[in-house]
Amino acid sequence: MAEPVRVRLSGLKKAFGPKKVLDGLDLTIEKGTSIVILGRSGMGKSVLLKHMVGLLSPDAGKVEIDGEDLWKSPSGKRNNLRSRFGMAFQEGALFDSMNVGENIAFPLRRLTKLKPADIKKRVAECLELVHLPGIESKLPSELSGGMRRRVGFARAIAHQPEILLFDEPTTGLDPIMTDALVRVIDELKRRLDPTMVTITHDLKVAFSIADRVALLNNGRIVADLPPREFESSRDPLVAAFVRGDSQLDPDAVD
Amino acid sequence: MAVLEFFGRLLLGFLEGLGRFFVLLGQTLRGVFRPWDLRALAAQMIRVGIDSVPVVFLTAFFTGGVMALQTYTGFARFNAEGFVGSVVALSMLRELSPVLTGLMVTGRAGSAMAAEIGSMRVTEQIDALVAFATDPVHYLFVPRVLAAILVVPMLVVIGNATGIAGGYVIAVRILGANPVVYLSNSFQYLEANDLWSGLIKAAVFGSLLSLIGCQQGFDTRGGAEGVGRSTTSAVVLGSLAILIADFFLTKVLF
Ligand SMILES: Nc1ncnc2c1ncn2[C@@H]1O[C@H](COP(=O)(O)OP(=O)(O)OP(=O)(O)O)[C@@H](O)[C@H]1O
Ligand SMILES: [Mg+2]
Repeated sequence: MAEPVRVRLSGLKKAFGPKKVLDGLDLTIEKGTSIVILGRSGMGKSVLLKHMVGLLSPDAGKVEIDGEDLWKSPSGKRNNLRSRFGMAFQEGALFDSMNVGENIAFPLRRLTKLKPADIKKRVAECLELVHLPGIESKLPSELSGGMRRRVGFARAIAHQPEILLFDEPTTGLDPIMTDALVRVIDELKRRLDPTMVTITHDLKVAFSIADRVALLNNGRIVADLPPREFESSRDPLVAAFVRGDSQLDPDAVD
Repeated sequence: MAVLEFFGRLLLGFLEGLGRFFVLLGQTLRGVFRPWDLRALAAQMIRVGIDSVPVVFLTAFFTGGVMALQTYTGFARFNAEGFVGSVVALSMLRELSPVLTGLMVTGRAGSAMAAEIGSMRVTEQIDALVAFATDPVHYLFVPRVLAAILVVPMLVVIGNATGIAGGYVIAVRILGANPVVYLSNSFQYLEANDLWSGLIKAAVFGSLLSLIGCQQGFDTRGGAEGVGRSTTSAVVLGSLAILIADFFLTKVLF
């Protein structure tokens, strides 16, 4: 049986000044799917992710969440749609006026009806998951870049949202931490069956967490395949990416 | 031609900024009537207030003193030294204390609001707020604007008292005025309206400087340099707005 569509992007266009970042992009993500988006640096992966929660509005095209047009909905409804998401930002984007505990509690306070004691428990739980137990009272400015990213990850999953967006969750983490985070993602998948969109440059991570792997190039999704097929694809762009071969990608040296 | 274009652009930029200001003003006003966080308001009141008390104190004291010196020199020419106290008190309450306090709070708190919200913008913290279904204007602007509207009049009361005290010290200690006569003259000719018109001005100045500070921060673009620009324009535009509003308010409140 086909799962219902959670996120549908159609004909998405976005330009910053003269620079076209998204150029008629189509992408459909079904409930419970984990999709990994690959693409060269600066290709617009983060921009794509921001369109899904409505942090950026497209110049043309449509963003639909559970069948609702995000930008045709009144702002109250739009916030309701947003509350189904949990997003981990590329640079963490922790609130630096709050300590780590308050950061992770933020979505719990605003989007759930949990009691203070339960919030505290859930915050501790999430910090355990990212191997940073007991740092609730630290300020974001006291953390390393990798720690901040992990706290951002913990904040994104805290309220157990139905749709998770991870922008390079493992970049800059050591191999052991990367493995730990992949395990957390696997565990989430098994327990909660969320819809998941992950951006990463780490192919090992990509192939181990993805149901589908998509490649963004020049403003469009140029490949969207199950991991096995993606790995063995003969498409020159895909093959260049998988092998990390700058000779194979016609645009690589520009 | 280039000159025309330059001024045209300047005018357009100004009108755009003005329009943007009123949009955010409307959103903030609407936000006031939705439930807001009392603790956030208290925190902002403490920050705006505590930050500014020392400078308001010093400014008002020396301004009161210099008013006494200047009016004494003038009034002595037609034997009206006795009215120095009245003039100092009247000008402090109606004009100098509200305007100078407004300018000082713009420099301390308005700029701090622009810097804080601006850095939240460039580090994607505002995006994070939106992603967690939180209206950033409501969350960030409302407590700051309300705090400034409440706190600036309180600071003006402090300024009134220290200004009159400054005039008294100069007049009695340096110019040799009779302390009893000076004090009774200070208060004898004051009307309730003198105090009220100053406090109304103060509340308006508070709303202007905080809204402009928040708006400049909110619309920050382009990294640390952008935050610097926003902070500067929060002070420049905030001060200008206060001086212009002062003229019209004086006309209305005489
Ligand atoms: N707010 C913005 N204003 C102007 N240009 C932007 C903005 N956001 C992104 N861009 C531009 O859009 C392009 C895509 O940026 P994006 O951050 O999505 O890249 P990315 O694929 O996530 O790269 P990376 O892998 O390095 O994170 C870049 O060229 C960037 O300069
Ligand atoms: Mg990115």
